[in-house]
Amino acid sequence: MLDLINVSYDTQIPNNVGLSSDKRVLKALEKWHPGYINWWNDLIPDNFQQSLVYLRTAVSVDPKGWTKFDYVKMPEYRWGILLAPQVEDRTVPCGEHIGEPAWQEVPGEYRSLLRRLIVIQGDTEPASVEQQRFLGKTAPSLYDLRNLFQVNVEEGRHLWAMVYLLHKYFGADGREEADDLLRRSSGSEEAPRMLGAFNEETPDWLSFFMFTYFTDRDGKMQLESLAQSGFDPLSRSCRFMLTEEAHHMFVGETGVGRTIQRTCEAMNEAGIEDPYDIDRIRELGVIDLPTIQKKLNLHYTLSLDLFGQEISTNAANAFNSGIKGRFLEHRIDDDHRLNSATYNVCSVVDGKIVTEEVPALTAINMRLRDDYVHDASGGIGRWNKIIEKVGVQFALALPHEGFHRKIGVFSTVAITPTGEIISSDAWETRSKDWLPTKADGDFIQSLMKPCYEPGQYASWIAPPRVGIDNKPGDFEYVKLHMA
Amino acid sequence: MSKLLKQHLIDPEICIRCYTCEMTCPIGAITHDDENVVVDASKCKFCMDCIAPCPTGSIDEWRVVDVPHSLEEQFGWSELPEQAEFTAEVGEAETGIEAIDEAMAALLEEAHRGAGGKVKAPVSASKPSINIYNLGKPAEAVVQGNYRLTTEDSNSDVRHVILDLGSQTFPVLEGQSVGIVPPGVDENGNTHLPRLYSVSSPRDGERPNYNNLSLTVKREEHGVCSNYVCDLKMGDKVQLTGPFGATFLLPNDPQAHLLMICTGTGSAPFRGFTMRRQRENPDLTDSLTLVFGARKPEDLPYFGPLKKVPDSFMKKFFAFSRQQDQPKQYVQDKLRDADELVAGLLSDSNAHIYICGLKAMEQGVEDALSDIARGAGLDWISVRNEMRESGRFHVETY
Repeated sequence: MLDLINVSYDTQIPNNVGLSSDKRVLKALEKWHPGYINWWNDLIPDNFQQSLVYLRTAVSVDPKGWTKFDYVKMPEYRWGILLAPQVEDRTVPCGEHIGEPAWQEVPGEYRSLLRRLIVIQGDTEPASVEQQRFLGKTAPSLYDLRNLFQVNVEEGRHLWAMVYLLHKYFGADGREEADDLLRRSSGSEEAPRMLGAFNEETPDWLSFFMFTYFTDRDGKMQLESLAQSGFDPLSRSCRFMLTEEAHHMFVGETGVGRTIQRTCEAMNEAGIEDPYDIDRIRELGVIDLPTIQKKLNLHYTLSLDLFGQEISTNAANAFNSGIKGRFLEHRIDDDHRLNSATYNVCSVVDGKIVTEEVPALTAINMRLRDDYVHDASGGIGRWNKIIEKVGVQFALALPHEGFHRKIGVFSTVAITPTGEIISSDAWETRSKDWLPTKADGDFIQSLMKPCYEPGQYASWIAPPRVGIDNKPGDFEYVKLHMA
Repeated sequence: MSKLLKQHLIDPEICIRCYTCEMTCPIGAITHDDENVVVDASKCKFCMDCIAPCPTGSIDEWRVVDVPHSLEEQFGWSELPEQAEFTAEVGEAETGIEAIDEAMAALLEEAHRGAGGKVKAPVSASKPSINIYNLGKPAEAVVQGNYRLTTEDSNSDVRHVILDLGSQTFPVLEGQSVGIVPPGVDENGNTHLPRLYSVSSPRDGERPNYNNLSLTVKREEHGVCSNYVCDLKMGDKVQLTGPFGATFLLPNDPQAHLLMICTGTGSAPFRGFTMRRQRENPDLTDSLTLVFGARKPEDLPYFGPLKKVPDSFMKKFFAFSRQQDQPKQYVQDKLRDADELVAGLLSDSNAHIYICGLKAMEQGVEDALSDIARGAGLDWISVRNEMRESGRFHVETY
C-alpha cells in the first residue's frame, strides 16, 4: 500500500506522493533536479556549503515526524515533495462550485489561471534565497546563521512543492514554467523575479528580519488562501508549507524583538533616556528605535503592495472558480459565494481618502490585505511590550496603509505615515524622516560584523530567550568550515 | 491536599501567535483570542502533537497545579505564572508528573524524548514520591563509600558512591533519579543547578533496611558535578534534591519480562531493577534480559558481579566496541544476534523494554528493533506505540 504519511527515500527525491510509481513525473523531476542543485551551489558561498548546520528535516508529514533536527551540509539537505495528508471527502470551499468534491485533477477551464497562481507563488520562493545570499557573511551569531539557512532550505523546498505541481499537472507548459523559475533571478535586468518586493536587495540583518516578518507574512496569507483551494493537490502542498512558514515568521518577529531589546538595554546602561538622541545611541553600537521605525515603514509598505489592486477581477475570478479562497475560509460565517455581499474599500476621491462599499467578490485582495494588517499588528504590540518593560519612552506603529505605496488606489498620491495627503514637494522634503536614508543604511551596514563564536552575539542584538530545539545558550548551531 | 495535576501552558512572552499548534491539535484543545494562544486543561490529552511544530518553543511549558488555570485566566496573562511550591507525597504523582522542579522536569522530559510520545509508568509499578526535597530545602546525605568500578588503567573512571540519609525520609524507587547540587558558583557567579543521577540501588537501600542509596557516576572531563561526586570522601556531606521521575520504573508484577538495554552508567537503574528482583523474587527464571555495551570489559561497570548472576535468572549480552583483536560490537549488534528472543518479546504482552545510556545509542537500537520487528512481520512503530501507551516502553538517554 502507498504510504502517504512517511517520507519515502526510494527515489533520489524524498516524497510522500508515491513518486517511484509515477515514472513520467519522476523522470521530469530528475531532469529538473541538477538545475536546481546548480542554482543552489552558485548561490550560497562555498564555505557555508561545507559547514554542518543544525537543521530540521521532515521525515514524515504528521506532527511527530516533520521536525527531526540534525547536523547536515546544506547541499545534502533532503529537499523533496511533501503534501499534507488528504482530507477525506473534501469539497470545494467557496465560489460557484461550492460543495462539489475537491478536484484531484486540474479543471480544464481554470488551467491557465491555476498555472499562473502556482508560478507566481513558486517565483517568490527562490527569489528570497537570492535576496539573502550574502547575509551569512555578516551573521550576528551562529544561532542566527542557522535560522537563516533553515529559512533558505525551506524556501528551496517550497520551490520544489510548486515545481512538482507544475510537472505533475501541467505537462509541457508546466515543465517550461518550472525551468523559468530557475532562469529568472532576483534583481536581474533581463529576467527579474515577477514581484517587485522580491527584486529588492536584503542588504543587512535588520532588513532580513523585517523581510521575514512583513514580506514572508504576505507569503503566509497567500499560502493560507491557496490552502483553501478546490484544487486539492495545491491545497495539500500549501497546508504543509504553512507549517514551515511559521518558522520564518518566528525568525522575523524575534529578530526584530531582539534588536529592540538590545537597543533599549544599551540605552539604559548608558543612561540615555531620549530615544531620539540618535548619534549617542548609535555610538553604543546599537540601532536607534527611530531608524527601526523607518525600516518597519519600508518593509511594511513594500509588502502591502504585494496584495495588488484593491479591486480586482482576477482575484474575483480565482475566488468564484474555487481555486483560491479567503484567509481561514472555513471559519468565515457567510455563504462563501459572495454574490450579493459588499465590502468596504478605501479610495482617494478629490484629494481625500474615502471608504466605499463595493461588491465583496471584487474586493478579495482588499480583504486579504485587511487580514494581513490585523495579523501584522500583533507583533508591533509585542515589540512595544519589550520597549515598555525596559522602561524606554517610545512606541512603534504601523504607518497608514496609504503611506509610500506604488500599487493600488494610494499610488497616485503622497500620504504621511499618519494618513494625511501631502504635496509631492512636501513628500520630497519629509520622506527622509519616514523612510531609511542611505546614511541610515550605511550605519546599519557598519554594524554588520560576523560573530561566529558559539553563544556570542553581535553588539546590536540580544541573545534569544529559548534555543532552537531546546538547545543551551552556547550550542554550536553551525559547525563552520573555514578552509 | 487535593490531587496535583500537570497543566500544559503556552508562554505568552515567547509565542508569536502563528496558531500552528491550534491547527495541529487533533482534538481542538488549543484556542486563541486577540491576545493569547491557550490550552484547555479539560481537553488536552498530552498527545504532544503540538510540541514539535511550534517554531518558538513557547508551547513546551508545564506547571504542576492543584486547580488548573482557566482559559479566561490564560487569556489575561502577559507572562506565565511561577511554579507554585508543592510537595507530592506518596500516591499523589499518579498523573505521571516526573518532577515539580522545573529544571529537573525539563531534564527528564528531554531524557525520555526517545520514547516517541507521552510515557507512562508500568501498570504494576509502585507509586513514586517526587520532589520531596528541592533547592530551597535539600536533603543532606553523608558519603558512606566511594569505589572505583573500572580498572585503574582504564581511561574511564566510573564510581559507585553510597550515600547515607540518616533519619531523613527519602523514599526512592528503582529507576528514579536524585539531584546533586555541586558546591560553589559558575563563571557568572550563580549557584550551580543540580545534576540528575539515576539511583543504582533498590528501594530498600544498598543494604536492606539501611537508609542509604547508591549512585553510578562517570567522571567527565571538565564536568563540574561529576568530578565533585567522583572525588567525594567518606564522611563528606552532600546536598540532594528529589526523588524525581515517575515513569521509568520497575513493574512489581513478577510475570513482567524486562529487556534492559544500556551503555556505560546507563546500567545504574538496571542494577536497581535486578537487585530488587533478586531480593523479592529470587526463584524467577527467564524473566530478565540485559544487553550491555561498553568500550572494553575493563570499562563496564559491575562487570565482575554481573558475571556471577546465573544465566537462568538473567540472560546477559555484552557488546564491546574497542576490544583488541575483536570486531567492534554495539548493543544493536547483540540485539540482532538475539533476534528470536527479542522478536518473541515484541509480541509478548508481559514484555517491557528499557533503554538507558547515551543519546547516541538510540538510533542504532531503534533500527535493530525495527528490523527484528519487520522480520517477525510486525511494524515496530505500532509495537512501540502500543508498548509505550501500556507503560511497557521506556527510554532514558542523555
